[in-house]
Amino acid sequence: MSNNHTPGAAITLVGCAKTFADGTRALEPLDLAIAPGETLVLLGPSGCGKTTTLRIIAGLESPDAGGKVLFDGADVTRLPIEKRNVGMVFQSYALFPNMSVVENVAYGLRVRGVAKAERLARAGEVLEMMRIDALADRRIDQLSGGQRQRVALARALAVRPRVILLDEPLTALDAALREHLRAEIDGLLRRLAITAIYVTHDQAEALALGDRIVVMRHGAIAQIGTPREIYFRPADDFVAGFVGVTNRLEGAVRGGRFETAAGALAVEAADRAAATLAFRPETAQLCVAAGSGLRFRVDQVHFQGARQRVLLSAADGSRIVLEAAAEVVLSAGDEVGIALDPSRIALV
Amino acid sequence: MQRSPLVFALQLLVTLLAAAFLVVPALTSILAGLTVNYFQGVRSGLTLDWVAQVWGLYAPTILRSIVLALGTLAVTLVIGVPAAWALARKPGRMSRLVEEVVTLPVAIPGLALALALILAYGGIREFRASILFILVGHVLYTLPFMLRSVMAVLAAVDVRTLEEGAASLGASPWQRFIQVVVPNARPGILAGALMVVTLSIGEFNLTWMLHTPLTQTLPVGLADSYASMRLEIASAYTLVFFIMIVPLLIAIQMMGGERAAKTRK
Ligand SMILES: Nc1ncnc2c1ncn2[C@@H]1O[C@H](COP(=O)(O)OP(=O)(O)O)[C@@H](O)[C@H]1O
Ligand SMILES: [Mg+2]
Repeated sequence: MSNNHTPGAAITLVGCAKTFADGTRALEPLDLAIAPGETLVLLGPSGCGKTTTLRIIAGLESPDAGGKVLFDGADVTRLPIEKRNVGMVFQSYALFPNMSVVENVAYGLRVRGVAKAERLARAGEVLEMMRIDALADRRIDQLSGGQRQRVALARALAVRPRVILLDEPLTALDAALREHLRAEIDGLLRRLAITAIYVTHDQAEALALGDRIVVMRHGAIAQIGTPREIYFRPADDFVAGFVGVTNRLEGAVRGGRFETAAGALAVEAADRAAATLAFRPETAQLCVAAGSGLRFRVDQVHFQGARQRVLLSAADGSRIVLEAAAEVVLSAGDEVGIALDPSRIALV
Repeated sequence: MQRSPLVFALQLLVTLLAAAFLVVPALTSILAGLTVNYFQGVRSGLTLDWVAQVWGLYAPTILRSIVLALGTLAVTLVIGVPAAWALARKPGRMSRLVEEVVTLPVAIPGLALALALILAYGGIREFRASILFILVGHVLYTLPFMLRSVMAVLAAVDVRTLEEGAASLGASPWQRFIQVVVPNARPGILAGALMVVTLSIGEFNLTWMLHTPLTQTLPVGLADSYASMRLEIASAYTLVFFIMIVPLLIAIQMMGGERAAKTRK
């Protein structure tokens, strides 16, 4: 199936806002362009409008007047979902309890009028690709969560859609299975080169899967970027806070140096009276020897196996978190220095 | 909770007494329909003569009731299942209002409903004289049971999401209805159907007002036999009624039990 699928569609949203009948403003006017074959992740806290955006793309909701949805440049705003050729994986999977696994997967072909023998054969191929062909004749209520998830994905892919839409497909599963399936979905989406839009509130999932990530807040886009951009150069506090832990040090820039209570650091920036240095816990190197730029005192150490998490404070009491190799022996009260990679810090 | 044997015995006794209180009249009545002479008691011997006479006198009313029940069922299916689907798709104030209005005939006395029908449509002679007139009354009275039964199941299986799933795979609204909605609503449709047939066969109030001498139904015939026949025939008629209605009641019970077992799983 991987050699003759429909090429992924380019998807464009123009000014898509959504106000529900009860007056809830779920989306502010939103513009978004998704390239063919791209995997775009919509990331954000619950209620920020991810599902609504996905449903507008799918054709399950229509945008407020003025909004437009384009597939490969063609306006599909008025086209109902059944005519858009999208594959959709629902958060609750929405598998049909009245059909077996293989009948579920073949359903899209059945409504397209594909003869029974052929559609069962093709559904069988997809089941094989997902490595669940052994489950073909099971009833849906005999499946585990992870199996249901695979069947839902197989069902959506069996019709060779131009775009696949996934709404928190892993949220209902336990952590170990989640990680496993995440890798599997990642491999599958890349192999099929299908346009994919993936909704999640889990930053690890977003960073691992996305070609690009759209971070959403209160029905609007907070930042669009590659996982690296989002992680290392968050546009604002909200993005930084949502995508993992960020350290911040207050200070000022004078003569190419960022000066703070912990010491000074060479930066490429114009002079500024007030500046904040932001960096991730794992981007800083711990140096036990004296003499390096920024000095801190160790408050707490949490051993985590391969790594340890170290809580530090500067002379003025500002706190940061660091990750260090487990071999370095530290205890509370030690004086340490840190070195920062200039390419992985943000000065805001 | 620890239950003392004494309390348990008392509970059992009360339950059995209550059951006996309900069952004894039914048994007496059935027995009356099978005895040669009720006033002489069982000593006079048992016979099926009375049942045969009932059949001779009232077979048309019994058949009419069956036809009426099946007709009512057909109409409630055709109206009720799509209506339940429409209401389940768009839960909101409007659909609640529709549900309330449709349920109204259950709350108002059958006599009042019948009178309203006669006032509104009684002038149309052919309609008034036909069994269709009673059918309309029965549909009004039983529709809410079908509607609610189907709606409950549709809500339980989250039919909206199932339908969205089918739509995303390219299914048209009609395909969705036939291939996804109806099969998944089946337990509700079956339960509703049993309910409708049982209620239609047993309905008296409304039917009594609506019937003409040529459109008597089983319960109306029952009243007629109580009023004008000897006690044994009336009792035999009760027996016939029991034979028709009890299997339906048992089926309803079993379906309810099955569904409870499923939800508990
Ligand atoms: N059908 C609806 N009617 C009214 N409000 C809705 C409806 N669906 C979603 N909302 C509201 O719109 C907002 C965005 O919802 P949603 O897109 O589901 O968020 P997310 O998927 O990011 O958790 C929320 O405030 C939610 O309560
Ligand atoms: Mg959501």
